[in-house]
Amino acid sequence: MSEETSIFGPYTHAKSSISRTMGLVMLSLLPATLFGLYQFGWPAIFLFLTTIVACVLAEAFSLRVAGKPIKPFVMDGSAILTGWLLAMTLPPWAPWWIGLIGALLAIIVAKQVFGGLGQNLFNPAMVARVALLISFPLEMTLFNQPVPMFSAQAPGFLESLAITFGSSDAIDAVSSATTLGHLKTELGRGVALPEAATTTVSIWQQLWGQTSGSLGETSALLLLLGGLFLIYKKVINWHIPVSMLGTLALLAGLFHLIDPNSYVGPMTHLLSGAAILCAFFIATDLVTSPVSIRGQILFGAGCGLLIYAIRTWAGYPEGVAFAVMLMNACTPLIDHYLKPRIYGRDRKGQPLVYSNEGTDRK
Amino acid sequence: MSNEYRRITKDGLWDNNIVFSQALGLCPLLAVTGTATNGLGMGLATTVVMVASGLLISLLRGIITPQVRIPVFVLIIAVLVTLVDMSMNAWVHDLHKVLGLFIPLIVTNCAILGRAESFASRNTVMKSMYDGLMMGIGFTLALVLLGAAREILGSGTLFSNAVQLLGSWARFIEITLIEDYKGFLLIILPPGGFLVLGFILALKRLLDQKLAGREQQAIDASAKLQPETS
Repeated sequence: MSEETSIFGPYTHAKSSISRTMGLVMLSLLPATLFGLYQFGWPAIFLFLTTIVACVLAEAFSLRVAGKPIKPFVMDGSAILTGWLLAMTLPPWAPWWIGLIGALLAIIVAKQVFGGLGQNLFNPAMVARVALLISFPLEMTLFNQPVPMFSAQAPGFLESLAITFGSSDAIDAVSSATTLGHLKTELGRGVALPEAATTTVSIWQQLWGQTSGSLGETSALLLLLGGLFLIYKKVINWHIPVSMLGTLALLAGLFHLIDPNSYVGPMTHLLSGAAILCAFFIATDLVTSPVSIRGQILFGAGCGLLIYAIRTWAGYPEGVAFAVMLMNACTPLIDHYLKPRIYGRDRKGQPLVYSNEGTDRK
Repeated sequence: MSNEYRRITKDGLWDNNIVFSQALGLCPLLAVTGTATNGLGMGLATTVVMVASGLLISLLRGIITPQVRIPVFVLIIAVLVTLVDMSMNAWVHDLHKVLGLFIPLIVTNCAILGRAESFASRNTVMKSMYDGLMMGIGFTLALVLLGAAREILGSGTLFSNAVQLLGSWARFIEITLIEDYKGFLLIILPPGGFLVLGFILALKRLLDQKLAGREQQAIDASAKLQPETS
């Protein structure tokens, strides 16, 4: 959106705008999304479309109620992106109403109630995911094995319609645990880790994404590709992803070294679940992450720490959404205490004093 | 005189509604409104306490000195709540098991102390009791509304277990609105209480705005007519 300014100065105008940023993020999500849709077939496509359409409609409705202009805000792509990210974190064969309720929660409760784009305290997609997980634990933890489109086991178009929009009885037959979920259950039963890990998929499959999981989180490699593209395009900084994944890997490596029988190794932590997706696309949300570089590093490290703690010691096998929301809540505090140094002042905000003797600072 | 009672009625039910305008008593509100029946029970118990405290405090208002008024009010309210607690335990035991923890907490419901302080200690007995009744009914309406909304969204029923509160004749108001509803757990949990309350508050403000706008229009219209007629 262009805004006219009454002050004329030697300003250069950056090309960045909301719709350009959103477009770039969507572009970088595209490879992983297409792979996820291919891998989980028609039901995933239906769920994906339902979520995005519901998000856009909810956005238009909220704007209408709030008396704001509808077209510019809907066209900026932020609602589409929220729906997109939310859909990527849902189980691919979830029924349509999961996507619909998630979209309403994300757009109305998490975003528009706070005042719309740029005002929300929490990442809308993560609010919706956490609310759905708490409200519908059964539907939100039913993951199915990947059955690539056009393969023999893949459900046909009409069959898929029944999976997404009809009764959900047929799904149980093909459900399978995610890597993290499987390991958590086995460890809970007292099985030693090397033994439990023999039945999980290989690292290569996790990297490429041929494993069960949420719609868009399975392919670590393609997500990484998209993330690097975003950093290259300067949409996000490298600080949050690096500090988050670094902390997660460091903690996982440390505990794995101490006791390899009961702590999962760093590669599994990084490559399975939503860690990569979160590091590049969710934790880096410009609205809900700190402004300063030091703040972003702290934010990322906090996310990594919480993800590891929740995955390892808490009840849920995956803790990315909870971790991001908890750190979102800390963001105003981080911004308050970790302010960047103002030009011409020291870190405490006092003016720099230049003495005549030629020393720099008091 | 009747004008004043009309004012009290309007205050209690809408303009100064304990929940929707004063935002008092939110702790019991959020804690018990998982179902409409619980809300109704809690609201009625609170109403009884409010009417009785209105009576006692306005009777004693001449001999309570300002310095000790707050402890005296709290003591009177505590006595009344204890009576209600024991009566409910005796006569509606099943409901008391559900609401049990929250009935003693009516003592700390700031709405009751608020009415004692701002109304009963300054007005006659009849007016104070009437105010207590209206405020209590307003509170009950809010609790039932919130409870009903959360119950419908959260578990697909309405007034479940009403028989425990009202006796077996009330079986007809126990409705299952959505068959085979899987439940929306978040709405039943305390965060859901905050969310639904927030949306109801927004709705009331919207309604008030609309009404004020209409009144303003009426005033404007009559003002326009005035110069022509005079």
